[in-house]
Amino acid sequence: MDQKESVRDITPWDGTLSSSDFFSAACAFSEKWKRFNASVPPWLWVPSRKHHLLSSHKEEGYLSLEGMCLIKSSEEQESCRSQTWKEESSISQEEEAVDNATLVQSSCDEVNHYDFHIVYSPSYRVPVLYFRSYHSDGQPLQFGEIEKDLPDHSAKIRSESKWTFITQEEHPYLNRPWYKLHPCGTSEWMKLLFLGDTALNKNGFVIEHYLVSWFSVIGQVVGLKIPLGMLETVSC
Amino acid sequence: MSGAATVSASEAHKLVWEGSVPLLIHLHDSEVTTLPPPPPALVLAPRLGYLPLLISQLKPYFSSTLPPGVDTLWFEYRGLPLKWYIPTGVLFDLLCVEPERPWNLTVHFRGYPSNLLLPCEGEDSVKWSFINSLKEAAYVTKGNCKNVMNMSQSDQVELWRSVLNGNLESYQRVSSKLKLGTFEDEYTENISAVSTASQQNSGEADAAAQVKSGRIPVRLYVWTVTEDFDDLESAPQIDNWDKVSYINRPVEIQKEDGKYFSLNDAIKSLLPEYFPGSSFDSLGDASTKQNVGDEGENTCDPDSSSLPLENAEIKLVRIQGIEPCLEIPFSWVVNNLMNPEYFLHICVCLKVSEANALQ
Repeated sequence: MDQKESVRDITPWDGTLSSSDFFSAACAFSEKWKRFNASVPPWLWVPSRKHHLLSSHKEEGYLSLEGMCLIKSSEEQESCRSQTWKEESSISQEEEAVDNATLVQSSCDEVNHYDFHIVYSPSYRVPVLYFRSYHSDGQPLQFGEIEKDLPDHSAKIRSESKWTFITQEEHPYLNRPWYKLHPCGTSEWMKLLFLGDTALNKNGFVIEHYLVSWFSVIGQVVGLKIPLGMLETVSC
Repeated sequence: MSGAATVSASEAHKLVWEGSVPLLIHLHDSEVTTLPPPPPALVLAPRLGYLPLLISQLKPYFSSTLPPGVDTLWFEYRGLPLKWYIPTGVLFDLLCVEPERPWNLTVHFRGYPSNLLLPCEGEDSVKWSFINSLKEAAYVTKGNCKNVMNMSQSDQVELWRSVLNGNLESYQRVSSKLKLGTFEDEYTENISAVSTASQQNSGEADAAAQVKSGRIPVRLYVWTVTEDFDDLESAPQIDNWDKVSYINRPVEIQKEDGKYFSLNDAIKSLLPEYFPGSSFDSLGDASTKQNVGDEGENTCDPDSSSLPLENAEIKLVRIQGIEPCLEIPFSWVVNNLMNPEYFLHICVCLKVSEANALQ
């Protein structure tokens, strides 16, 4: 399926997308992610629970990337602090685990687990990143601890941009508190992203590329990088 | 429709703002350290308000018996922890199918279930949640939240105070500056023109031009039953939030000539999986759903469609504690029954087959 719909040629684009566009973009995003990011778990589409039946409205749901482990070495100087994401399954989950190459390297390493969901917001008409974090024993992280996990430039992005801030809200489907990156500025910066990139907009915006572009910005706030190869697919 | 026409816009607003739920609040056993235990507190809670705001009324009743510790207020109804950011009236309409007056709730000052409920640090948290919803409503209606972001500090304070104190006049004075307008069509103009007191509203009405299409902020709380119930007492109890489908999706108004958009139309447009083929479809792209295609599991092919679920039946609709006739114009419902953050909250009970039930 290779539908390149130039849907924004006629009217100036406002940076938003419809629910069904989100579904198309999500499929394209997860497929590209798998292709360019083979060593990392894939993004899975989760149909929304309220339509859990066979004849469900499959288009409604969200993208899920769970079980990401953030391994940091707790250096004294923050500038030396490094961040590595690893798939949970590549790390022993036994509580008594000692036999883990990465953990053994430094006895001060902590492993925090992160789950990420990309959920569509019908009000703002944009995707929203939700995440939650917990220690290996299942205890959720306090926001202060999460902040320490985020890359240094994340704080900079969040303080400089009035549009990017983290709030705690109930997950739209799961009835639990999650953290999210507030969507109120997304359409604005997506519009700017599109306008500012001549390679991107020369053919009119292709909706399938929405999430790749969106994630190239959002991912930075939580330290998830998008492979360069994947970004390049958006410009051709 | 005659019921709607006899109540003027301002009368309806007054009734909504004066609406309240009598609560009989019991301190949880585990937090009672004195004998005899304190009697429950009888409190009249505004429908448009939020439970954590009752702390100043409740604390005096129970402070002498609480165990040592920091207060972290939360409420439960029959074991179900209550989501504090849902307006009190909506919680009552949703969870108390057969209205209990007073409504018996249990209060806790300790042991906040932070794995289940969002943290609440008192009035500030509630205010933040309210303003956040107001911004969202502004975004839905106008495509941006500039009007809310640009409110002066004193206006923001006055707006919140008016909600806290249930002061409708003060609220209208400030909120009209937001020009969030109302949904106008020929079915509301006659009603709001009648009352002289609605002159205050007419500024707002003029600013919102005749809306032929637009988005209305709505929050739908849906629960399902598989059998008819003759009386509300025999309706099943909602004992788990997973049994409620929370749909925070704007209603898209599409006007068809000669047809007005009713409350029934609005609700069905938000539930296309239960009411396929409704001509007003909020999810957009109706053609995808009409085709009968392959049922590939977990495929990401937007062309493969879904078979519509068998037709469900709307058993009960509650808004601001009333069960409106479903054929009344949606515009009237929105303009008169919405909450101060400009969202219309609707509790809906659907009758579906066993397979389609929410559990």
